[in-house]
Amino acid sequence: MSDPLLQMRGIVKVFPGVRALDGVDLEVRAGEVHCLLGQNGAGKSTLIKVLAGAHEPDEGEIVWQGEELRLTTPLAAMKHGIATIYQELDLVDGLSVAENIYLGHELAAGGFSRRGDTQREAAALLDRLGHREISPRREVGTLSAAGKQIVSMARALSHDVKLIVMDEPSAVLDQEEVARLFKVIRDLTGEGVAVVYISHRLEEIRQIGDRVTVLKDGRTVATGLSARDTPTRELTRRMTGRDIEYVFPERVSPDGDGAVVLGVRDLAASGVFSRVDFDVRAGEIVGLAGLVGSGRSEILETVYGARKATTGSVSVNGKRLRNGSVRAAVGAGIGLCPEERKSQGLLLDESVYRNVSLATLGRFARGGFLDRRGERKAAQEHVRALDVRPGDVDRAVRTLSGGNQQKVVLARWLLRDCRVLLLDEPTRGVDVGARSEIYALIRRLAADGVAVVLVSSEVPEVLGLADRVLVLREGLVVHSGPAHEIDEHRVLDLVMEGSAV
Amino acid sequence: MSEQTPAAPQETKRTGTPGGAPPADEHRRVEAAAAAEGDTRSRFGRFMGSSFGRNLGLVIALLVLCAVGVATAGDRFASTDNMLTILRLASGIGVVSIGMTFVIIGGGIDLSVGAIVALSSVWATTLATQRMAEDTHWIVMVFTALAVGVGCGLVNGVLIAYGGMAPFIVTLAMLAAARGLAELISERRTQIIEVRALVDFINGDFLGVPVLIWIFAVVSAIGWVLLNRTTFGRRTIAVGGNATAARLAGISVKRHTVLLYALLGLACGIAAVMLMARTTTGSSTHGLYWELDAIAAVVIGGTLLTGGRGTIVGTIFGVLIFMTLTNVFTLNNLDSSTQAVAKGAIIVIAVLLQQRVAARSDSS
Repeated sequence: MSDPLLQMRGIVKVFPGVRALDGVDLEVRAGEVHCLLGQNGAGKSTLIKVLAGAHEPDEGEIVWQGEELRLTTPLAAMKHGIATIYQELDLVDGLSVAENIYLGHELAAGGFSRRGDTQREAAALLDRLGHREISPRREVGTLSAAGKQIVSMARALSHDVKLIVMDEPSAVLDQEEVARLFKVIRDLTGEGVAVVYISHRLEEIRQIGDRVTVLKDGRTVATGLSARDTPTRELTRRMTGRDIEYVFPERVSPDGDGAVVLGVRDLAASGVFSRVDFDVRAGEIVGLAGLVGSGRSEILETVYGARKATTGSVSVNGKRLRNGSVRAAVGAGIGLCPEERKSQGLLLDESVYRNVSLATLGRFARGGFLDRRGERKAAQEHVRALDVRPGDVDRAVRTLSGGNQQKVVLARWLLRDCRVLLLDEPTRGVDVGARSEIYALIRRLAADGVAVVLVSSEVPEVLGLADRVLVLREGLVVHSGPAHEIDEHRVLDLVMEGSAV
Repeated sequence: MSEQTPAAPQETKRTGTPGGAPPADEHRRVEAAAAAEGDTRSRFGRFMGSSFGRNLGLVIALLVLCAVGVATAGDRFASTDNMLTILRLASGIGVVSIGMTFVIIGGGIDLSVGAIVALSSVWATTLATQRMAEDTHWIVMVFTALAVGVGCGLVNGVLIAYGGMAPFIVTLAMLAAARGLAELISERRTQIIEVRALVDFINGDFLGVPVLIWIFAVVSAIGWVLLNRTTFGRRTIAVGGNATAARLAGISVKRHTVLLYALLGLACGIAAVMLMARTTTGSSTHGLYWELDAIAAVVIGGTLLTGGRGTIVGTIFGVLIFMTLTNVFTLNNLDSSTQAVAKGAIIVIAVLLQQRVAARSDSS
C-alpha cells in the first residue's frame, strides 16, 4: 500500500472558550473519496478550514506527501495542491466564469489579462468536468447553484490540485445534479485526485465514498470505516454516542372527517407550477415531495401570499384570501416556517422571546405600547412547551442550535394560534438527535387540530410524517394519495420519470 | 457558521459518564453545558452588551473631553452658562439624530436631512407664511415647517419602499432638490423672522432651562419610549435586522419604511423651527452638512449602519461628544479645520472600539 497523501495527527484548534478541535486524526489516500461525518458542532468545518490554511492549528502535525507541512494561508494550501469548495460558494457574481476560475492567479502578461487564453483554458477545465455547456464568458451570477459548484471545482482544478475538499456539495443540488457531480468526482479520483467529502446524507456517502472518518466533539472517534459496508446504525451511533434512527412518532390514524381548513383551488404561477389543487383538513398533514425546482417551495410561498398567483385561489375556512398578501394570509391564521431559517425566518441578534412574539406584537400592545411582561411570559410558555434549549428567552437566537432555532420559529406561530402551518424543510440543518423531536412536535400540532403542509427534500420524512402526499414534478402534481399507499421507491420513480398513476 | 458555534466546553463532556450515558440525558447534558458555558464565558460580554455597558465607552469619552475642557479652559468651560450653550447648540442636530437613529436601525440612511431643514426653515419664513402667522398665530410657522419636513420624508419613504430605489440614491436626490428648492424660494436671501413671538417663545426659557433644550429632551424621551416600548420600535428593529423575516411574519415592511422616513422628516421640521428661533432667520444654508454630523453621531452611539441594532441613549451621547468637542476647541481658539480633523479621528476610534466590544460580546 502506498503512503497516504495526507496525514493529520492530533490536530488541536482552540477558539476563545472552545476547543473546536481536540485531537483529530485524518488520513487520506490518493485517488480515494474520503467522507467526513459528524453532527453539527463536531468540528468538520474547523477541520477543513485548517486544511484550507484558513486556521492555523495550535497543536498537531500535517504530513503532506511524506513531508511535514505548515499551512499558514489559504494561498499556501492552494500552492501545495489542496483546494476547498465551501458550502457558501466563494464566487464573485459580477465576474465571468473564466474570470472567476482564474481569480487570484490571473493569466496575465505585464499586468494585462490574457482574455483569450483565460477563456480557452477555462473552457478546457469545464470540458474536463463534463460541463461543456457552461460558457466561460457567462456571468457567474446567472448560473444555478449547481453551475456555480462546477465553476468552483474548475477553479480548484486550475491549480494543480491533488486534494479537493467539498463541504456539503449536495446541499443545494437536486438528484440529477448530484448524479452528475458524482460522475465528476469519479473522473477526478480516476486521475489520482483525492476528495474529502462532507455530507449529512448517508445514502450519498454509500454511493460515492470509499472510507469514512467520524468526528465527534472535536475528536476522531472512528477512522478508516468502509463507506459501503458499515451499517447506518453503527455510523449514527458513532456520531451521537447512541443508537438512533429517524424515528417517526406513532401515526394517530386521521379520522378524515376534520373540517377542511385550507383549500387550494387550481393554483398556478406562470412558469413555476400550475393546476395545483388540494385541501387540508384540521389535524391533517399533507406532504409535498419533489426535487428542488419542482415548484414545492413556490407553492408554499404562493399559498402564503409571498408570491402572486397567476390563477386560482387559496381559502381558509371557506374564506378566499387576497392574492399576493402575506398580511391577509397571516390574518387568516396561516404561518410559514421558511426554508432558509436564518435569512428568512429569524432576527438572529434578537432575543428568543422577541423572535417568538414577532408575528403577534399587536396582541401585546395597548395603543402601540408593548406589554413586555405579558409578551415575555407568553413566549416563555411556548418555549417551555416546545422544550427549546437552553430555555433562556433573553438569549440571542444566533447562539441556539439549528433544531432549537426551528423550534423558535414554530413557537412564533403557535403563539399566534395558527390554524394552518406551512413547513418548508423543517429539519434542514437540524442534527439527528433534534430531528425526532421536531417530528414529534409536528405530529402533536396536527393532533391539536392544526392543518399542516410539509415540504421536504427527504422522501422518508414526507412519507413518515404526512397523512397524504402530493408528488410534484416540474410544477405539476403527478400523484396524490394517502401516504401509506406509496413507498419511497415509487415516489422517486414518479419524481424522476413523471409516470403518472 | 453553525460549526463554529461553540457547542459546549470539552471539559464538561469528557468528565461526563464515558460512553454509557443514556441518550436523552446526553442530549440534555450537552445543551445544559452549552447554556452554562454561555453564562460564564460572557459575563463580561453580557455586561458590555447591556445598554449600560455599551454606553460605558461613550460616558468615558465624554468625561475625558470634559476633563480636557476643564484643564484647558478652566471656569470658562465648567460653568452653567457654557453647559447650557453646549446643550443649546446640540439640540437641533440632536433632534435630527434621534430621527436618524430610527431610519438607520430600520436598515436605511438619509442624506437629505440638512437640506430638508433648510427647505422647512425657508418655507416657514416666507413673507406669505409670516403674514399669515401675524394674522393668526405664530404656530402657523411651526406647522408649516413640520408639514414640509414630513412631506419631504414621505417622498423619500415612498420612493424607497414602493419605488424600489436605494435609500442612498433617493435621499441624495432629495438633498440636491430640497436645497435647490430652498434657494429658489428664498432667492438665496436670508429671510429675517419678524414674528417675534415665535422667537421669544422657542428661544426663551422654561423653568430656567432654555426651551430648545426642553425640546431636545422631550424628543429624546419620546424617541426612547417609541424604540423600546412600542410595537413601532420593535418592528423597526425587525425590518432593519431581517426584512425578509419581518415580511414573512406579516409585518408590512414597505409601510413601515415610509413611516420611518416621515418620522425623520418630522424631526427635521422640528429642528428647522429650533434653528429658525435660535438664528431668527430662515435660510437655504441652514443645516449644511447636518446629514454627516447626524450619521456620525448615530454611528458613534453604537447603532449598526447595517440596521437592526441601536440605541437612543448612544445617539444622545454621540451628539454631546461632538458638541463638547466643538466647544472645547472653540474655547481654546482652535479653528474649525482642526475641529474637523478631530471629529474624523473620533468617528474612527469610536467605531473601532465598538467593533471590539461587539466581537467580544457575541462569540459567533
